[in-house]
Amino acid sequence: MFDTLSERLGGILDRLTRRGALSAADVDEALREVRRALLEADVALDVARAFIDRVRERAVGADVIKSVTPGQMVVKIVHDELVTTLGSDAQVIDLNAPAPVAIMMVGLQGSGKTTTTAKLAKRLTALNNKKTLMASLDTRRPAAMEQLAVLGRQVEIDTLPIVQGQTPPQIARRALEAGRLGGYDIVLLDTAGRITLDEAMMAEAADVKNAAQPHEVLLVADSLTGQDAVNLARAFDERVGLTGIVLTRVDGDGRGGAALSMRAVTGKPIKLIGTGEKMDALETFDPARIAGRILGMGDIVSLVEKAAANIDAEKMQRAAERMRKGAFDLTDLREQLTQMQKLGGMSGLMGMIPGVAKMKAQMASANLDDTLLKRQCAIIDSMTPQERRNPDILKASRKKRIAAGAGTTPEQINKLLKMHRTMADMMKAMGGGKRGPMAGLANALGMGGGLGGGMPSAEEMAKMAEQMKGGGAGGLPPTMPGLPPNFPGLPGGKMPGLGGLPGLPGFGKKK
Amino acid sequence: MTEPEKKSWWQRLSGGLRRTSASLGGALSDLVTRRRLDSAMLDEIEEALIRADLGVTAAARIAAAVGEGRYDKDVAPEDVKAIVAAEVEKSLAPCAHPLATDTAKPFVILVTGVNGSGKTTTIGKLAAKFSAEGKKVLLAAGDTFRAAAIDQLRIWGARTGATVIAREPGSDAASLAFEAVTAAKSENADILLIDTAGRLQNKTELMDELEKIVRVMKKVEPDAPHAVLLVLDATVGQNALSQLEVFRKIAGVTGLVMTKLDGTARGGILVALAEKFRLPIHFIGVGEGVDDLQPFSAKDFARAVAGME
Repeated sequence: MFDTLSERLGGILDRLTRRGALSAADVDEALREVRRALLEADVALDVARAFIDRVRERAVGADVIKSVTPGQMVVKIVHDELVTTLGSDAQVIDLNAPAPVAIMMVGLQGSGKTTTTAKLAKRLTALNNKKTLMASLDTRRPAAMEQLAVLGRQVEIDTLPIVQGQTPPQIARRALEAGRLGGYDIVLLDTAGRITLDEAMMAEAADVKNAAQPHEVLLVADSLTGQDAVNLARAFDERVGLTGIVLTRVDGDGRGGAALSMRAVTGKPIKLIGTGEKMDALETFDPARIAGRILGMGDIVSLVEKAAANIDAEKMQRAAERMRKGAFDLTDLREQLTQMQKLGGMSGLMGMIPGVAKMKAQMASANLDDTLLKRQCAIIDSMTPQERRNPDILKASRKKRIAAGAGTTPEQINKLLKMHRTMADMMKAMGGGKRGPMAGLANALGMGGGLGGGMPSAEEMAKMAEQMKGGGAGGLPPTMPGLPPNFPGLPGGKMPGLGGLPGLPGFGKKK
Repeated sequence: MTEPEKKSWWQRLSGGLRRTSASLGGALSDLVTRRRLDSAMLDEIEEALIRADLGVTAAARIAAAVGEGRYDKDVAPEDVKAIVAAEVEKSLAPCAHPLATDTAKPFVILVTGVNGSGKTTTIGKLAAKFSAEGKKVLLAAGDTFRAAAIDQLRIWGARTGATVIAREPGSDAASLAFEAVTAAKSENADILLIDTAGRLQNKTELMDELEKIVRVMKKVEPDAPHAVLLVLDATVGQNALSQLEVFRKIAGVTGLVMTKLDGTARGGILVALAEKFRLPIHFIGVGEGVDDLQPFSAKDFARAVAGME
């Protein structure tokens, strides 16, 4: 979402850091470009202006620290101000109230309220272990209530039975009553989105709020919104009173100016971001990380967190054990590919690593997208168990059969086998020691000292962040591969910095 | 078009754009009252235009045009508005084309856009419009992904009397499109409107699916789709440029529909789109009613944006 902004800011600030001395005119010129970049990213004009003013003020008055160029100082100030504008701390959904806790979702039509409601219900159920009930208060749009019911079945969350002819406040009361009687911890109220930000809509939302007394009122807003984002956020905050903002479609290539603007105008925190169409694509919003992403510093911490939550520690341990023994067969490779897909596939993974925005484009042109992973899985799936255990028996006729089964060509199978052989050899070579390469991988993914430990400690995180900042070039800590050695599927050499050991040494920001 | 209809359309648009005009027009009057036109004022005009989502480039160009030949002269607010309106109209005029549907039968219209832009609702409104013109309309529920999208289209079908071709949720959209075009031919329909699932333009696999939908229907009808509409939500900002670029490349978008123009300050992005892509803008949606989808008029739109009421 922040790619373009981050590329632009990166370019502007890069030029600045290369300069030795910096005149006031230099700073002014750079800030004009920053302003334009912000406006093109749909940051509201007033917010952009205030942002620039604050940066200029601080830049002029800033003490020059020894061994830091003035340009680097400006970069630091821009970064700090981005964090300030986005809100300094990550804030979570507040559930600290007597059950059932009512959470009300408001927003314009088409902002993604209903989908977000279902995602949030799933998240609260899975992560916070809460019993959740969803109710649609959208009596206007055709099939809106059915949509929530269908989503409820998909994510296995109860929805309030639909009773035709009730008004939204009546439904809200009925939902809370059902919540009390049914022993629910949380009741999510999905209100009607209207096209028009009009008085009737606001009055209805206010009525529902009075009826339900929600503990949280979340504005669901599209991150692709333009200059209107501020009007929208301000209007909802004034009439209904918001407690937080959920930003949707962050996985698009919008530049995210709406996030900066809405936070700045309402002072209300962005609590969650929607990052995909899948029902678990809802993440906490961490301003510091996003600011880092805007500046092209990557988002290593969130890569670690995501990896830790997704990767099954036990499976990892088993794979590590086998690799240490030098037995790495195609079943194991299949496992690795699946884990990578879980991490959001190639593009998801890449997006979190610093300085790869440019490489992403290269990857797209090299056709290195997620379909590659999928195809490789398909090839392995088309083999018999015996073939997976012992790929050496694969001769021409078997390859032909597998190719037909996977809908590909024998050449592709040869490629996969070659990749697997290289990986297996590497594992064998590295696997001599007590802590093989996978131990390092597991370590980096937050499994603590021994395999199967818990989350990385605060100190470890801090250290990692420090390495990332201080490193500048080659900002990836060496223990941060996150990927099996010799990253599967990438033709060695073609991609700068990919391949080789350990992990992805070349992924740092180029200086 | 008859006179009263014209008037109501104008009222609707200026009503819908009222807040745009109020903020932009207000800003313009404030800054121009009893002042000389200097560079500070031109900057302010530019900023007012940026606030209306015109984008930095279009805003700068129009501000420059306002300054040309008038620098250092006293100007009245109404003049500035008229100049801004004229400049906006200049950009938009080449793009105001109605959607001609009589060039083929069945005339196949594929409706695309990102999630939540208002595709299904637009199809409902278009179906109502074409049915009212006495045309036989077929709807294809190609959004097989979003929960209840098919139901939503069925409700529109019932409202407008159009036949809806649908399958179970999760089925292949391309084969549904194939089936729909075949059905439209055999049933001798005038218009076939094909809904698609909302997709963000940077999702390769979803854009591939869209490309496949287009490819597959050509097997039944080589000229289909006769029109590919990109539906844009008026709240969208500069990202619309990227949307149009990618959707045009993949699906061959032939025209634009802008929905939800009845909210707060918005709509200026059409100027940026018109300047960059020069694609026809067919319709704008200015309300929730069935007849609130109206043909696009550059002059009215420009006047409303500039706050001339």
